[in-house]
Amino acid sequence: MKTLVITPAWNEAEAIAATLGEIISANPGVDVLVVDDGSTDATADIAEAAGAIVLRLPFNLGVGGAMRAGYEFARRYDYDQAIQVDADGQHAASDIPLVLSGLADADICLGARFAGKGEYSVHGPRRWAMSLLAAIVSRMAGTKLTDITSGFRAANRKAIAQYCRHYPAEYLGDTVDSLVMAIRSGCSVTQVPVEMLARRAGQASHNPFKSTILLGRTMFALLVALTRRRVSEKDGA
Amino acid sequence: MRGSIFFIVIAVCIILGILLLLRSRRLKEKYAALWVIVGVISIVLAAWPGLLNWAARLVGVQVASNLLFTLAILLLLGVCLHLSLEVSSQEDKIRRLAEEAAIARQKLEQLDDERG
Repeated sequence: MKTLVITPAWNEAEAIAATLGEIISANPGVDVLVVDDGSTDATADIAEAAGAIVLRLPFNLGVGGAMRAGYEFARRYDYDQAIQVDADGQHAASDIPLVLSGLADADICLGARFAGKGEYSVHGPRRWAMSLLAAIVSRMAGTKLTDITSGFRAANRKAIAQYCRHYPAEYLGDTVDSLVMAIRSGCSVTQVPVEMLARRAGQASHNPFKSTILLGRTMFALLVALTRRRVSEKDGA
Repeated sequence: MRGSIFFIVIAVCIILGILLLLRSRRLKEKYAALWVIVGVISIVLAAWPGLLNWAARLVGVQVASNLLFTLAILLLLGVCLHLSLEVSSQEDKIRRLAEEAAIARQKLEQLDDERG
Protein backbone atom coordinates (compact mmCIF):
# COMPACT_ATOMS: atom_id res chain seq x y z
CA MET A 1 0.00 0.00 0.00
CA LYS A 2 1.43 3.32 -1.10
CA THR A 3 0.27 5.94 1.36
CA LEU A 4 0.58 9.72 1.14
CA VAL A 5 0.10 12.16 4.00
CA ILE A 6 -0.94 15.53 2.61
CA THR A 7 -0.27 18.55 4.80
CA PRO A 8 -1.32 21.93 3.47
CA ALA A 9 0.81 24.67 5.05
CA TRP A 10 0.66 28.41 4.83
CA ASN A 11 3.24 30.31 6.90
CA GLU A 12 3.56 27.49 9.41
CA ALA A 13 7.33 27.77 9.93
CA GLU A 14 6.95 27.65 13.71
CA ALA A 15 4.93 24.47 13.87
CA ILE A 16 5.74 22.48 10.75
CA ALA A 17 9.02 20.85 11.85
CA ALA A 18 7.56 19.36 15.02
CA THR A 19 4.37 18.23 13.25
CA LEU A 20 6.30 16.54 10.46
CA GLY A 21 8.67 14.95 12.95
CA GLU A 22 5.74 13.35 14.74
CA ILE A 23 4.04 12.21 11.55
CA ILE A 24 7.20 10.64 10.14
CA SER A 25 8.24 8.91 13.35
CA ALA A 26 4.71 7.63 14.02
CA ASN A 27 4.23 6.39 10.44
CA PRO A 28 7.41 4.94 8.96
CA GLY A 29 7.18 3.98 5.30
CA VAL A 30 4.63 6.65 4.53
CA ASP A 31 5.38 9.54 2.16
CA VAL A 32 4.65 12.97 3.57
CA LEU A 33 3.73 15.72 1.13
CA VAL A 34 3.70 19.32 2.30
CA VAL A 35 1.80 21.64 0.01
CA ASP A 36 3.33 25.04 0.65
CA ASP A 37 0.53 27.43 -0.19
CA GLY A 38 2.61 30.42 -1.20
CA SER A 39 4.18 30.95 2.23
CA THR A 40 6.31 34.03 2.73
CA ASP A 41 8.34 32.43 5.51
CA ALA A 42 10.66 29.41 5.49
CA THR A 43 7.89 26.79 5.71
CA ALA A 44 8.90 25.00 2.51
CA ASP A 45 12.63 24.81 3.36
CA ILE A 46 11.93 23.60 6.88
CA ALA A 47 9.55 20.95 5.57
CA GLU A 48 12.11 19.78 3.05
CA ALA A 49 14.80 19.57 5.73
CA ALA A 50 12.40 17.54 7.86
CA GLY A 51 12.20 14.92 5.12
CA ALA A 52 8.91 15.78 3.43
CA ILE A 53 8.22 16.06 -0.28
CA VAL A 54 7.35 19.71 -0.87
CA LEU A 55 5.03 21.17 -3.48
CA ARG A 56 5.63 24.90 -3.69
CA LEU A 57 2.58 26.67 -5.05
CA PRO A 58 3.65 29.89 -6.77
CA PHE A 59 1.04 31.92 -4.90
CA ASN A 60 -1.58 31.44 -2.22
CA LEU A 61 -4.52 29.33 -3.41
CA GLY A 62 -6.28 28.75 -0.10
CA VAL A 63 -6.69 25.44 1.74
CA GLY A 64 -9.00 24.01 -0.91
CA GLY A 65 -6.56 24.77 -3.72
CA ALA A 66 -3.65 23.36 -1.75
CA MET A 67 -5.57 20.15 -1.04
CA ARG A 68 -6.47 19.77 -4.68
CA ALA A 69 -2.82 20.07 -5.62
CA GLY A 70 -2.05 17.39 -3.03
CA TYR A 71 -4.65 14.98 -4.38
CA GLU A 72 -3.48 15.67 -7.92
CA PHE A 73 0.02 14.67 -6.80
CA ALA A 74 -1.38 11.50 -5.18
CA ARG A 75 -3.19 10.58 -8.37
CA ARG A 76 -0.26 11.31 -10.63
CA TYR A 77 2.19 9.23 -8.61
CA ASP A 78 -0.33 6.45 -8.17
CA TYR A 79 -0.82 6.38 -4.40
CA ASP A 80 -3.30 3.84 -3.05
CA GLN A 81 -4.49 6.10 -0.27
CA ALA A 82 -4.03 9.64 0.92
CA ILE A 83 -4.77 11.33 4.21
CA GLN A 84 -4.85 15.04 4.92
CA VAL A 85 -3.41 16.29 8.19
CA ASP A 86 -3.17 19.88 9.43
CA ALA A 87 0.27 21.43 9.70
CA ASP A 88 -0.39 23.16 13.01
CA GLY A 89 -0.34 19.94 15.00
CA GLN A 90 -4.07 19.84 15.79
CA HIS A 91 -4.36 16.33 14.48
CA ALA A 92 -2.59 13.63 16.47
CA ALA A 93 0.01 11.90 14.28
CA SER A 94 -0.64 8.68 16.19
CA ASP A 95 -4.26 8.71 14.97
CA ILE A 96 -3.23 8.52 11.30
CA PRO A 97 -3.24 4.69 11.10
CA LEU A 98 -6.64 4.72 12.80
CA VAL A 99 -8.18 7.09 10.25
CA LEU A 100 -6.56 5.13 7.41
CA SER A 101 -7.98 1.89 8.80
CA GLY A 102 -11.47 3.29 8.19
CA LEU A 103 -10.79 2.95 4.45
CA ALA A 104 -11.23 -0.80 4.85
CA ASP A 105 -14.98 -0.36 4.50
CA ALA A 106 -15.44 3.06 2.88
CA ASP A 107 -13.91 5.33 0.24
CA ILE A 108 -13.52 8.29 2.60
CA CYS A 109 -12.84 8.18 6.32
CA LEU A 110 -13.22 11.24 8.53
CA GLY A 111 -11.38 11.73 11.79
CA ALA A 112 -14.25 13.03 13.91
CA ARG A 113 -13.58 15.37 16.80
CA PHE A 114 -16.88 15.04 18.63
CA ALA A 115 -17.22 11.30 18.70
CA GLY A 116 -16.36 10.92 22.36
CA LYS A 117 -12.58 10.99 22.29
CA GLY A 118 -10.54 14.00 23.38
CA GLU A 119 -11.81 17.25 24.83
CA TYR A 120 -12.55 19.39 21.80
CA SER A 121 -15.96 21.01 21.99
CA VAL A 122 -17.88 24.03 20.79
CA HIS A 123 -21.05 25.55 22.19
CA GLY A 124 -24.05 27.68 21.31
CA PRO A 125 -25.28 28.44 17.80
CA ARG A 126 -22.08 27.19 16.27
CA ARG A 127 -22.69 23.78 17.81
CA TRP A 128 -26.31 23.70 16.60
CA ALA A 129 -25.34 24.69 13.09
CA MET A 130 -22.61 22.06 12.99
CA SER A 131 -25.06 19.39 14.21
CA LEU A 132 -27.55 20.45 11.57
CA LEU A 133 -24.90 20.24 8.84
CA ALA A 134 -23.81 16.86 10.16
CA ALA A 135 -27.40 15.60 10.21
CA ILE A 136 -28.04 16.62 6.60
CA VAL A 137 -24.84 15.08 5.31
CA SER A 138 -25.31 11.94 7.45
CA ARG A 139 -28.67 11.39 5.81
CA MET A 140 -27.09 11.68 2.39
CA ALA A 141 -24.24 9.37 3.26
CA GLY A 142 -26.56 6.85 4.89
CA THR A 143 -24.30 6.64 7.93
CA LYS A 144 -23.95 8.68 11.08
CA LEU A 145 -21.34 11.41 10.76
CA THR A 146 -20.76 13.80 13.63
CA ASP A 147 -18.02 16.08 12.33
CA ILE A 148 -18.24 16.81 8.65
CA THR A 149 -16.01 19.91 8.74
CA SER A 150 -13.08 17.82 9.91
CA GLY A 151 -9.93 18.41 7.91
CA PHE A 152 -8.51 15.10 9.13
CA ARG A 153 -9.66 12.67 6.45
CA ALA A 154 -8.41 9.76 4.44
CA ALA A 155 -9.27 8.84 0.85
CA ASN A 156 -8.74 5.74 -1.25
CA ARG A 157 -8.06 5.68 -5.01
CA LYS A 158 -11.68 6.22 -5.95
CA ALA A 159 -12.04 9.21 -3.63
CA ILE A 160 -8.69 10.67 -4.74
CA ALA A 161 -9.84 10.61 -8.34
CA GLN A 162 -13.15 12.17 -7.33
CA TYR A 163 -11.37 14.94 -5.37
CA CYS A 164 -9.23 15.68 -8.42
CA ARG A 165 -12.36 16.15 -10.49
CA HIS A 166 -14.14 18.20 -7.92
CA TYR A 167 -12.37 19.81 -5.02
CA PRO A 168 -13.67 23.32 -4.44
CA ALA A 169 -10.98 25.92 -3.96
CA GLU A 170 -13.03 28.18 -1.70
CA TYR A 171 -12.19 28.13 1.94
CA LEU A 172 -14.40 25.97 4.12
CA GLY A 173 -16.52 25.30 1.16
CA ASP A 174 -13.73 22.82 0.80
CA THR A 175 -14.53 20.45 3.66
CA VAL A 176 -18.30 20.24 3.32
CA ASP A 177 -18.64 20.78 -0.40
CA SER A 178 -16.02 18.21 -1.34
CA LEU A 179 -17.64 15.68 0.96
CA VAL A 180 -21.13 16.24 -0.45
CA MET A 181 -19.87 16.00 -4.02
CA ALA A 182 -17.98 12.82 -3.21
CA ILE A 183 -21.09 11.25 -1.69
CA ARG A 184 -23.21 12.23 -4.66
CA SER A 185 -20.65 10.71 -6.97
CA GLY A 186 -21.00 7.40 -5.22
CA CYS A 187 -18.18 7.44 -2.68
CA SER A 188 -19.01 5.89 0.68
CA VAL A 189 -18.04 7.69 3.89
CA THR A 190 -17.31 6.55 7.42
CA GLN A 191 -15.77 8.13 10.49
CA VAL A 192 -13.54 7.22 13.40
CA PRO A 193 -13.22 9.19 16.64
CA VAL A 194 -9.95 11.10 16.99
CA GLU A 195 -8.37 13.35 19.54
CA MET A 196 -8.01 17.04 18.91
CA LEU A 197 -4.84 18.66 20.20
CA ALA A 198 -4.12 22.31 20.91
CA ARG A 199 -2.65 24.23 18.00
CA ARG A 200 1.09 24.41 18.14
CA ALA A 201 1.34 27.95 16.81
CA GLY A 202 -0.99 30.69 15.73
CA GLN A 203 -4.52 31.37 16.87
CA ALA A 204 -7.63 29.40 16.09
CA SER A 205 -10.56 31.44 14.88
CA HIS A 206 -12.33 32.08 18.17
CA ASN A 207 -13.77 35.36 16.97
CA PRO A 208 -17.52 34.65 17.16
CA PHE A 209 -18.33 37.04 14.34
CA LYS A 210 -15.83 35.39 12.00
CA SER A 211 -16.93 31.88 12.86
CA THR A 212 -20.57 32.85 12.24
CA ILE A 213 -19.68 34.16 8.80
CA LEU A 214 -17.70 30.99 8.19
CA LEU A 215 -20.67 28.86 9.16
CA GLY A 216 -22.96 30.90 6.93
CA ARG A 217 -20.63 30.29 4.03
CA THR A 218 -20.48 26.61 4.85
CA MET A 219 -24.28 26.40 4.89
CA PHE A 220 -24.41 28.21 1.58
CA ALA A 221 -21.78 25.89 0.11
CA LEU A 222 -23.82 22.90 1.27
CA LEU A 223 -27.02 24.25 -0.25
CA VAL A 224 -25.31 24.90 -3.56
CA ALA A 225 -23.63 21.51 -3.51
CA LEU A 226 -26.99 19.83 -2.90
CA THR A 227 -28.46 21.35 -6.04
CA ARG A 228 -25.46 20.58 -8.21
CA ARG A 229 -25.53 17.94 -10.89
CA ARG A 230 -23.66 14.84 -9.82
CA VAL A 231 -20.23 14.43 -11.32
CA SER A 232 -20.01 11.27 -13.33
CA GLU A 233 -16.83 9.32 -14.02
CA LYS A 234 -16.80 10.50 -17.59
CA ASP A 235 -16.62 14.21 -16.86
CA GLY A 236 -13.05 15.39 -17.03
CA ALA A 237 -11.74 17.93 -14.57
CA MET B 1 -31.75 66.94 -35.83
CA ARG B 2 -28.67 68.33 -34.17
CA GLY B 3 -29.26 65.86 -31.34
CA SER B 4 -29.22 62.85 -33.63
CA ILE B 5 -26.02 63.98 -35.36
CA PHE B 6 -24.38 64.30 -31.96
CA PHE B 7 -25.37 60.75 -31.04
CA ILE B 8 -24.41 59.32 -34.42
CA VAL B 9 -20.94 60.84 -33.96
CA ILE B 10 -20.65 59.26 -30.50
CA ALA B 11 -21.79 55.84 -31.78
CA VAL B 12 -19.39 55.97 -34.73
CA CYS B 13 -16.54 56.90 -32.37
CA ILE B 14 -17.37 53.90 -30.17
CA ILE B 15 -17.32 51.51 -33.13
CA LEU B 16 -14.08 52.99 -34.45
CA GLY B 17 -12.51 52.71 -31.01
CA ILE B 18 -13.48 49.04 -30.79
CA LEU B 19 -12.13 48.32 -34.27
CA LEU B 20 -8.84 50.00 -33.32
CA LEU B 21 -8.59 47.87 -30.19
CA LEU B 22 -9.32 44.77 -32.28
CA ARG B 23 -6.70 45.73 -34.84
CA SER B 24 -4.03 46.14 -32.19
CA ARG B 25 -5.13 42.78 -30.72
CA ARG B 26 -5.78 44.28 -27.33
CA LEU B 27 -9.39 43.07 -27.52
CA LYS B 28 -10.49 39.58 -28.57
CA GLU B 29 -13.28 39.20 -31.14
CA LYS B 30 -15.46 37.25 -28.74
CA TYR B 31 -15.72 40.32 -26.51
CA ALA B 32 -15.76 42.82 -29.36
CA ALA B 33 -18.87 41.42 -31.06
CA LEU B 34 -21.13 42.56 -28.25
CA TRP B 35 -19.75 46.10 -28.30
CA VAL B 36 -19.96 46.40 -32.06
CA ILE B 37 -23.61 45.35 -31.85
CA VAL B 38 -24.21 48.01 -29.19
CA GLY B 39 -22.56 50.61 -31.42
CA VAL B 40 -24.64 49.64 -34.43
CA ILE B 41 -27.88 49.77 -32.43
CA SER B 42 -27.00 53.24 -31.16
CA ILE B 43 -26.33 54.45 -34.72
CA VAL B 44 -29.65 53.05 -35.92
CA LEU B 45 -31.54 54.61 -33.02
CA ALA B 46 -29.79 57.95 -33.47
CA ALA B 47 -30.47 58.04 -37.21
CA TRP B 48 -34.14 57.05 -36.91
CA PRO B 49 -35.42 58.40 -33.58
CA GLY B 50 -38.95 57.36 -34.54
CA LEU B 51 -37.89 53.75 -34.20
CA LEU B 52 -37.48 54.08 -30.44
CA ASN B 53 -40.93 55.63 -30.05
CA TRP B 54 -42.45 52.84 -32.10
CA ALA B 55 -40.71 50.18 -30.03
CA ALA B 56 -41.81 51.85 -26.80
CA ARG B 57 -45.44 51.89 -27.93
CA LEU B 58 -45.12 48.24 -28.96
CA VAL B 59 -44.09 47.03 -25.48
CA GLY B 60 -46.28 49.57 -23.67
CA VAL B 61 -43.62 51.88 -22.22
CA GLN B 62 -44.98 55.45 -21.99
CA VAL B 63 -41.71 57.41 -22.09
CA ALA B 64 -39.50 56.16 -24.90
CA SER B 65 -36.24 57.08 -23.15
CA ASN B 66 -37.17 54.78 -20.25
CA LEU B 67 -37.17 51.86 -22.64
CA LEU B 68 -33.71 52.86 -23.76
CA PHE B 69 -32.46 53.13 -20.16
CA THR B 70 -33.98 49.79 -19.20
CA LEU B 71 -32.40 48.05 -22.15
CA ALA B 72 -29.06 49.71 -21.45
CA ILE B 73 -29.11 48.61 -17.79
CA LEU B 74 -30.01 45.04 -18.75
CA LEU B 75 -27.23 44.99 -21.29
CA LEU B 76 -24.67 46.27 -18.77
CA LEU B 77 -25.84 43.69 -16.22
CA GLY B 78 -25.36 41.02 -18.84
CA VAL B 79 -21.87 42.26 -19.64
CA CYS B 80 -20.92 42.30 -15.94
CA LEU B 81 -22.19 38.76 -15.49
CA HIS B 82 -20.30 37.62 -18.54
CA LEU B 83 -17.09 39.17 -17.19
CA SER B 84 -17.63 37.53 -13.79
CA LEU B 85 -18.02 34.18 -15.52
CA GLU B 86 -14.85 34.77 -17.48
CA VAL B 87 -12.95 35.74 -14.33
CA SER B 88 -14.17 32.60 -12.54
CA SER B 89 -13.02 30.39 -15.36
CA GLN B 90 -9.69 32.23 -15.58
CA GLU B 91 -9.20 31.74 -11.85
CA ASP B 92 -9.84 28.05 -12.25
CA LYS B 93 -7.36 27.76 -15.08
CA ILE B 94 -4.73 29.74 -13.17
CA ARG B 95 -5.21 27.46 -10.17
CA ARG B 96 -4.70 24.39 -12.32
CA LEU B 97 -1.56 25.92 -13.79
CA ALA B 98 -0.28 26.67 -10.29
CA GLU B 99 -0.83 23.01 -9.35
CA GLU B 100 0.98 21.84 -12.45
CA ALA B 101 3.83 24.29 -11.89
CA ALA B 102 4.26 23.09 -8.31
CA ILE B 103 4.24 19.40 -9.29
CA ALA B 104 6.67 20.04 -12.15
CA ARG B 105 8.99 22.04 -9.94
CA GLN B 106 9.05 19.31 -7.31
CA LYS B 107 9.93 16.74 -9.99
CA LEU B 108 12.63 18.95 -11.42
CA GLU B 109 14.27 19.52 -8.05
CA GLN B 110 14.11 15.80 -7.32
CA LEU B 111 15.83 15.01 -10.63
CA ASP B 112 18.44 17.70 -9.94
CA ASP B 113 19.17 16.17 -6.55
CA GLU B 114 19.52 12.69 -8.03
CA ARG B 115 22.02 13.97 -10.57
CA GLY B 116 24.00 15.54 -7.75
